[in-house]
Amino acid sequence: MSAPQDFNVDYLAQLARLALTPEEKAKFAAQLGDVLHHIEQLAKVDVTGVEPTAHAFPIENVWDADAPRAGLSVADALRNAPAQRENMISVPKVVE
Amino acid sequence: MAPLHFQTIAELSGRLARRELTAVELIQSLIARTRALEPRLHAFNSFDEADALAQATASDARRAAGQVRGPLDGIPIGLKDVIAVTGQPLTASSKILQNFVSPYDATVTRKLKDAGAVLFGRLNCDEFAMGSSNENSAFGPAGNPWDTTRVPGGSSGGSAAALAAGEVIASLGSDTGGSIRQPAALCGLVGLKPTYGLVSRYGLVAYASSLDQIGPFGRTTEDIALVLRAIAGHDPLDSTSFKAEVPDYRAALAGPAPRRIGIPKEYFGEGLDPEIAAAVEDAVKFYRDRGCEVKEVSLPHTRYCLDAYYVIATAEASSNLARFDGVRYGHRSKAATDAIDLYAKSRAEGFGAEVKRRIILGTYVLSSGYYDAYYLRAQKVRTLIRQDFLQAFTEVDALLTPTSPVPAFKIGEKADPLAMYLLDIYTIGVNLAGLPAASVPCGFTSGGLPIGLQLIGQPFKEADLLALAHTYEQAHEWTRRHPAL
Repeated sequence: MSAPQDFNVDYLAQLARLALTPEEKAKFAAQLGDVLHHIEQLAKVDVTGVEPTAHAFPIENVWDADAPRAGLSVADALRNAPAQRENMISVPKVVE
Repeated sequence: MAPLHFQTIAELSGRLARRELTAVELIQSLIARTRALEPRLHAFNSFDEADALAQATASDARRAAGQVRGPLDGIPIGLKDVIAVTGQPLTASSKILQNFVSPYDATVTRKLKDAGAVLFGRLNCDEFAMGSSNENSAFGPAGNPWDTTRVPGGSSGGSAAALAAGEVIASLGSDTGGSIRQPAALCGLVGLKPTYGLVSRYGLVAYASSLDQIGPFGRTTEDIALVLRAIAGHDPLDSTSFKAEVPDYRAALAGPAPRRIGIPKEYFGEGLDPEIAAAVEDAVKFYRDRGCEVKEVSLPHTRYCLDAYYVIATAEASSNLARFDGVRYGHRSKAATDAIDLYAKSRAEGFGAEVKRRIILGTYVLSSGYYDAYYLRAQKVRTLIRQDFLQAFTEVDALLTPTSPVPAFKIGEKADPLAMYLLDIYTIGVNLAGLPAASVPCGFTSGGLPIGLQLIGQPFKEADLLALAHTYEQAHEWTRRHPAL
């Protein structure tokens, strides 16, 4: 089954910041077409007046004391950085 | 008595206490077994023998000094490779985290360390816990110890396989749509998905935050009770952690079990393997013969669980996985030319096919113009699914269903994503409703593959749920069978 016409995989890949190959795009569009066809069932449910559930149990904001405490050391914080110099993570130029 | 590697926490902690065994001897035995089995099984992404031996040595020293920390002291427990352990790899079975070393402990890790457990190994799983067969691991599938050409289930496949094979004595997994219960069923183990919020998610690699929950695998309900007691409880580091009582779950096993059991009629329909249906029917008969009140109930929105799940879970995943951008940690593409290109290429090179598929689907259901039709509607359907369960619990104390519609299948057999998603039909509703549920061994197929039954309990009533499972387990021999490896 093919994806719905409005399922624009190029646009979605761009939104998701995923550089997909043409083969991946074709394959995912077909596979997700099947999944979306199944998901279309949700339209049959009468949800009039039903509140959405984001979490199964009520969740309230949690406030922490505004008190300083030890965090990661610089070495620990940078340990997994793909590129670094002078205690900073280095990245490609962002602003021309 | 079973060989050392197939004994339970309860048995081994007794032997350690009686000085019949040391923690070092125990871990050495498991390390030797793991080395011998891993080439065939691949339940581990990695293991650190020296670190495990050092923990065991420390446990023995505590025991010698009379400072034993409880029943888990010296017991080797494996963690799914989505749970952080300081100084150990944390890959989520993904190339994007292939070289990541965790700078801190998850709360469950800290609690197990406090309890004296010997943490052994980083257990294989589906990439970012997305899958039902462990085949989505970037480092290769794990095998099922009962038949290594078959899958152990997923996503916590390695956690189940390592325990069933006798490489660890208990393990932790995470369950977003069935990822503890289904592999427990396929590998002949007890697996528990606790109530959402009972166990802290701090230090768990997030997949779908409103559904994810860490839980234990054990050989018996007693072992599950011991591990759950250690890892449960409120945690200020997880804002969704609930301020719930943590009772002595082991003591509760011997107490009165719930007596009203509901059988949801929607869980016994098309697609259920006849041998599994028969084994679960036998379990129903067992409870009825024991004087339980067994009645049919209805969860009318069951048919929409899969759809609501794949909208909500992928939406949350697309958001959660936005953090993997090649900037602060994780894989960074060497082919990138600018910042946006860096994100897109690092993610393309780092993520596997299933993760990409779910990110694209999640991006779609959240995108402008579709949010109301998909995401908001799925959340409303989630309300109805949850109400179905709560309605059923006005009539019964617990629900009994199959865990998986099929036994362990061959590696490579299910290539179609939708067919794979459909395997989760009996487990997904529990996550959407935030309920506790356990899978308990209830027999074997004619081909010798384990079968599991699922018991679904009421929120935060794990003690009742485990007592109900324990009643069944005590009257059957299933948990005493082990695979020949």
